[in-house]
Amino acid sequence: MAIKLPIYMDNHATTPVDPRVVDAMLPYFTEKFGNAASRNHAFGWAGEEAVENARAQIAQLIGATPKEIVFTSGATESDNLAIKGVAEMYREKGNHIITQVTEHKAVLDTCKRLEKEGYEVTYLPVEKSGQINLDDLRRAITPKTILISIMYANNEIGVIQPIAEIGKIAKEKGVFFHSDGVQAVGKVPVDVQKDGIDLLSISAHKLYGPKGVGALYVRRKNPRVQLTAMVDGGGHERGMRSGTLNVPGIVGFGKACELCRLEMAEETKKLSALRDRLRGAIMSKLDETFINGTMEHHLPHNINISFAYVEGESLLMGINDVAVSSGSACTSATLEPSYVLKALGVGEDLAHTSIRFGIGRFNTEEEVDYVANRVVETVNRLRELSPLYEMAKEGTDVSKMNWKTA
Amino acid sequence: MAYSDKVIEHYNNPRNVGSLDKKDPNVGTGLVGAPECGDVMKLQMKINPDTRVIEEAKFKTFGCGSAIASSSLATEWVRGKTVEEALSIKNTDIVRELSLPPVKIHCSVLAEDAIKAAISDWKKKAGEGDPAAQTSAAQAHS
Repeated sequence: MAIKLPIYMDNHATTPVDPRVVDAMLPYFTEKFGNAASRNHAFGWAGEEAVENARAQIAQLIGATPKEIVFTSGATESDNLAIKGVAEMYREKGNHIITQVTEHKAVLDTCKRLEKEGYEVTYLPVEKSGQINLDDLRRAITPKTILISIMYANNEIGVIQPIAEIGKIAKEKGVFFHSDGVQAVGKVPVDVQKDGIDLLSISAHKLYGPKGVGALYVRRKNPRVQLTAMVDGGGHERGMRSGTLNVPGIVGFGKACELCRLEMAEETKKLSALRDRLRGAIMSKLDETFINGTMEHHLPHNINISFAYVEGESLLMGINDVAVSSGSACTSATLEPSYVLKALGVGEDLAHTSIRFGIGRFNTEEEVDYVANRVVETVNRLRELSPLYEMAKEGTDVSKMNWKTA
Repeated sequence: MAYSDKVIEHYNNPRNVGSLDKKDPNVGTGLVGAPECGDVMKLQMKINPDTRVIEEAKFKTFGCGSAIASSSLATEWVRGKTVEEALSIKNTDIVRELSLPPVKIHCSVLAEDAIKAAISDWKKKAGEGDPAAQTSAAQAHS
């Protein structure tokens, strides 16, 4: 079978909408377009029924009850609502928040904003594995601590945090536990009861649903979490998030969650097999390649590899019929390499050479083989061009040279 | 980020990739940049001591496509030029030729630095270390 180019392998950024999800959504644009908040006619009832059905589908995926699901515009809003909402609601109780350095910017920048408003934030470091140290977490908790926000799995390196242990510590200390579950929900079993999560951010478009829809799980029992709303208006979503619900998006989100729940076991097997195939095909043919983050606690569809002596952006340019991401500075506007890799202790020279592969539901073995070949061929070609590779081959330790940095 | 056609062309078909014998007294080597910054360029030139003409130029670059294109272009431009002519190449010439966007201007700066560093290395080998001596030596040869 001929491969269709370009190949999409950047499923941490976003995923295509599953055609079954699109089918579920379509009637809600035209025939069943009612406002779910219209209580007095059939159009409204149809919308409300669809939203409640989706709420149940989402709740079921994460072991929650439907009433604990608050719809938002996406996980960035969910993170903002969880952190700012708790901070404001429980200000009298304390002003201290604990998070960690490899969080998504939606969490880090929200915390920075709160710092400006007088809150105190502890940013825990991570180990070389990418996980936080639980003793660090225990030590960081003070009587003023109101919230711990630690992501379920990282978007760059795919490392899963020790969530259930964190949940336990949070419960012992009477501190709320928020987790950004964007990369994990729908990919690995997430259960807010077993994991002891009080607030969980989810995004539809990372699990084969549409963009522009997300949810925040807000625990109602043991303990009950209250939030100060960020958006005021009609009092939708039990007053936590006003605004007319995006009914077609929510229907798609619900359907996408249902598919993930039903197919997760099979899909995990398929994705991890493809990922291991990719890893083997690349790493058996190239020397001096390094996996970033531990593979022991890892999402099934992710791998992040540094290719020493080859700059990430030039590698992406060489494999221009493959869509992946780089931790290289040159792909961002900041000229700084990935803060996540830096936090793991990956040297800046190697951080510039990293590629994130995110395999998805629709990738095939043929595509994986094609990508692996393109990567190997391009890395070899660029190493021929690399003065650093030449020096390393001559026996010079490039990292110990006295480089004149501007 | 979209690259200009010229950058893509140089990236796909880089000119004069390789190395010259750095111990050769007629070879000047410039190594600029740093791995932590994501760019390292090595530019080498073989210079005829009598005519001061750059007879050969080779490069190797670790860096993004624009860095590779800038150094590839630099080798093309310096070949056949005298040392003095090569020194007059400005990074802005490279920016224009390759249509580099503002975030990639540092690549052209690095290429200009590499040219200067290679020539300065050759001059050092030729005993032209002192800038005053450089001028007189240049005049003596012309």
